[in-house]
Amino acid sequence: MTEPTENGIENMETAPLTSSLASVAESAKAQREIATHSMGVGLEARGIHAWFGQKHVLQDVSLDFWSGTVTALIGPSGCGKSTFIRTLNRMHEFIPGAAMAGDVLLDGVDIYAPGTDVTKIRLKVGMVFQKPNPFPSMTIAENVLAGLKLAQLKIENRDDLMQECLERAGLWSEVKDRLDAYGGSLSGGQQQRLCIARALAVRPEVLLMDEPCSALDPGSTLKIEETISHLSTSMTIIIVTHNMQQAARVSDYTAFFLSDDGPGAMIEVGPTDQIFSRPKDNRTENYVTGRFG
Amino acid sequence: MTIIVKPEKPWASSPKQRAISAGIIVLALMSTYLVVLLTPMKGKLAYGLVFFLLFILFDFIYHTRLYGFRSGKDAIARGVVASGIVFATLPIFSILITVFIRGRRGLYWGLFSNDMKANSVNDPLNQGGLVHALTGTFILVTIALIISLPIGILTALYLTEIRGRFSGPIKFLVQAMSGVPSIVAGLFILAAIVYPITKSYSGFMGSLALTILMIPTIARTSEEVLLLIPGELREAGLALGGTQWRTVAMVVVPAAKSGLVTAVILGIARVAGETAPIILLTGGGDRVNPNPFNGPMGSLPFYIWKSFSVGTEESVTRAWAGIFVLLMIVLVLFVSARFLSERGKS
Repeated sequence: MTEPTENGIENMETAPLTSSLASVAESAKAQREIATHSMGVGLEARGIHAWFGQKHVLQDVSLDFWSGTVTALIGPSGCGKSTFIRTLNRMHEFIPGAAMAGDVLLDGVDIYAPGTDVTKIRLKVGMVFQKPNPFPSMTIAENVLAGLKLAQLKIENRDDLMQECLERAGLWSEVKDRLDAYGGSLSGGQQQRLCIARALAVRPEVLLMDEPCSALDPGSTLKIEETISHLSTSMTIIIVTHNMQQAARVSDYTAFFLSDDGPGAMIEVGPTDQIFSRPKDNRTENYVTGRFG
Repeated sequence: MTIIVKPEKPWASSPKQRAISAGIIVLALMSTYLVVLLTPMKGKLAYGLVFFLLFILFDFIYHTRLYGFRSGKDAIARGVVASGIVFATLPIFSILITVFIRGRRGLYWGLFSNDMKANSVNDPLNQGGLVHALTGTFILVTIALIISLPIGILTALYLTEIRGRFSGPIKFLVQAMSGVPSIVAGLFILAAIVYPITKSYSGFMGSLALTILMIPTIARTSEEVLLLIPGELREAGLALGGTQWRTVAMVVVPAAKSGLVTAVILGIARVAGETAPIILLTGGGDRVNPNPFNGPMGSLPFYIWKSFSVGTEESVTRAWAGIFVLLMIVLVLFVSARFLSERGKS
């Protein structure tokens, strides 16, 4: 890999990889079969291109995300995965010089249509970033509810919502006695789960996760993966990851992105067990078996 | 059996090494005395310079003999840097001590309960006081702060958050403004407002001139503080469905709070001792005047300037006492700014 994964113990070396990843993917899938496809297509990306200045970084990506599923985006660094998910909640446009083409449909409505209220889109499509970023001036409790204050949403019972979000993010038992402590006093893994709880509080339909575990230790990673499994029953999750074991464990579908000196493009998408056991494209096979990337 | 291990610092210098360091200083002092005695050099400056050179020389020789030439060069660098600190802080202590010694006789608690309406600066030093000057300075600075604070912080927010098309020129203008001599600010208010419009001196005119000086200080310091706030926090706020304004008000500004307080205190300290525009615009005054829009208003810098210009023994001592009070106020402001910004980091 061009970029070291933080989970050293999960780095794998050679050929048996394919079969082991595929079996991981299959057993994971079996546990969550019920949820899959139960709610139809929630988010559709149609022919997405992206540019930074003159540089074309992403070419013609079309991808449907089914409600109640987890889709993993894998691929080497610089292949446009993060750029792609940032087009899905209109965070792409904050980067100076950014441009894009294509449509993103949320429940059938184009989020880039003129006159769209961007803040409403971002309430429906939440995001968790690579680096944990709790608000330093707020306590744990205030962090969870920050989205409500930011978007000026009214809510009846704040304490119940806060507890529910922290429970769904798998953090409640660890912080219930110190909700008034500052968010920065938590460990990195706890901070990231706090950020997940914060994203959940505004009840998004879709949750984008941009390498959420790349700065965390294996124990915290495991907890976040459990959280993802729980959440996937009720929402659409799209996760960018460099860790193929993780993709195999948590996702129903996997999309492989690659940039061959030109703009990044999606090479292949399919059910996760298929991508790891019988990929159609030999570039995908080379990547998932660790022959390059 | 448990072995009790005591915490030690094996890297700390031993008593012997400290004794040797002290010995080098004593040796340098004695040699300095001899050198100055035997050569035509005279005065404090000569002592200081010769000691500085000799100390570095002896330290260099000692370290070179013991650890080699590389260590000797390191000792030279250390000596030069340490002397730099001494030479940089010497004037500060010299000023503080001089001001205290010269103004000592003029300091008494009555300074804080009397004004000068019934006294002249030539009266005995236990009569009259600074109340008119202290209230005047307080009013002048407060009005200047009320105007500068929103303008300065909003300018900083424009430069760091909105980053509009005019950021470049505005940044340049703010930097240029921070170099404006205070007398130019005073003359500007005099020519633009006092002569054509109000036609009279008042505290408010002085405040306007101070505002011109205060805005760039607050804007630049705030800008630096806001730039330190990581972009990830702004992204997190926006990704949660906040508008840009809500994100700035709820996430960015609170995260930068202690730094912004420091910016404000530095702005106050910058203008509290300004003299030139005050002399031009406020009209002085010897009695407490709570109305900034009508009548002359006293202030500490004006009182100091006026007392000095009279030139009698009493008036000059009064001026030194006034300087001492002003210095203490500014010192307290700087220390609290420092304290607040340190606390913000932890």
